[in-house]
Amino acid sequence: MSEIAEKVKKIVVEHLGVDEDKVTDTASFIDDLGADSLDTVELVMAFEEEFGIEIPDDAAEKIQTVKDAIDFISANA
Amino acid sequence: MSKLLEGKRGLIMGVANDRSMAWGIAKACAEQGAELAFSYQGEALEKRVRPLAAEVGSDFLIECDVSDNASIDNLAAEIEKRWSKIDFFLHAVGYSDKSELRGRFVDTSLDNFLMTMNISAFSFVSVAQRLEKMMTDGGSMLTLTYYGAEKVVPHYNVMGVAKAALEACTRYMARDLGEKDIRVNAISAGPMKTLAASGVGDFRMLLKYNEKNAPLKRNITLEDVAGAGLYLLSGLSSGVTGEIHYVDAGFNITGMPLDEESMRIICQ
Repeated sequence: MSEIAEKVKKIVVEHLGVDEDKVTDTASFIDDLGADSLDTVELVMAFEEEFGIEIPDDAAEKIQTVKDAIDFISANA
Repeated sequence: MSKLLEGKRGLIMGVANDRSMAWGIAKACAEQGAELAFSYQGEALEKRVRPLAAEVGSDFLIECDVSDNASIDNLAAEIEKRWSKIDFFLHAVGYSDKSELRGRFVDTSLDNFLMTMNISAFSFVSVAQRLEKMMTDGGSMLTLTYYGAEKVVPHYNVMGVAKAALEACTRYMARDLGEKDIRVNAISAGPMKTLAASGVGDFRMLLKYNEKNAPLKRNITLEDVAGAGLYLLSGLSSGVTGEIHYVDAGFNITGMPLDEESMRIICQ
């Protein structure tokens, strides 16, 4: 697992309070990990802070799974 | 020295998470001895507010939808039942349809205009109407506003109009309630990355512009807002009412961009 993937998963585990093994690449924040709409905004803010990047609104809306987040961050960090 | 809010009780409305301005102010008040109640709207916010309230030793949470009169009545009734008297309250509540916080203001719909005004401006008055009666030893009321109330800020749109109303409400309320020694003030905070701000289009641009052009050359922090909130809610500001107090690193005093890069681009 890349360093980015590891960090992303750690943030998700901490923020949503879910088991590590549930945070798979394909897991959807809302459908699989019980996130509400505020969680998704907070997660994006946490990613921005951790990786020192900017995630514009239209990109943020497309980040729905763990993999979406890892891919966006890998391409922009 | 005794604590600034020892023996005082206050209501905090509008904490969303630990980045919320309301949370910064609540924490500062609790550290100075205040006993706090928190209001929230809906389950998603309750689950965020409850652990934060516990952090400052409060289990007094009340659900309140400020667009519903009966819900505000209930809020006041709960406070009266448990405390019978209150010393201060913070109103950090606002809402607008996100799709109207981008693009042109002139396209605002009537429905969203009225809803934004109701939730973001009238609710301050509405809660004050109920709590006034319980402020028998005087009190302090505080709300949060933004520079977009007085000058045009891109994307802030109908929220700017509602904040203008809120600032006017602050002054009229200060006048009416002054004789009861109830003070009413507003903090006009610079942009900060909060959950609420995430609804405003192109918010990052606002942050960057402020950071470059504010006299202090930085954006404000939660501690900046907390300190000002504590001042306005406590006796430290005993002679201050009807005031719009800027916590914006000085941004509001500037008339032109300060940073050279912006100036060069503009002058070319």
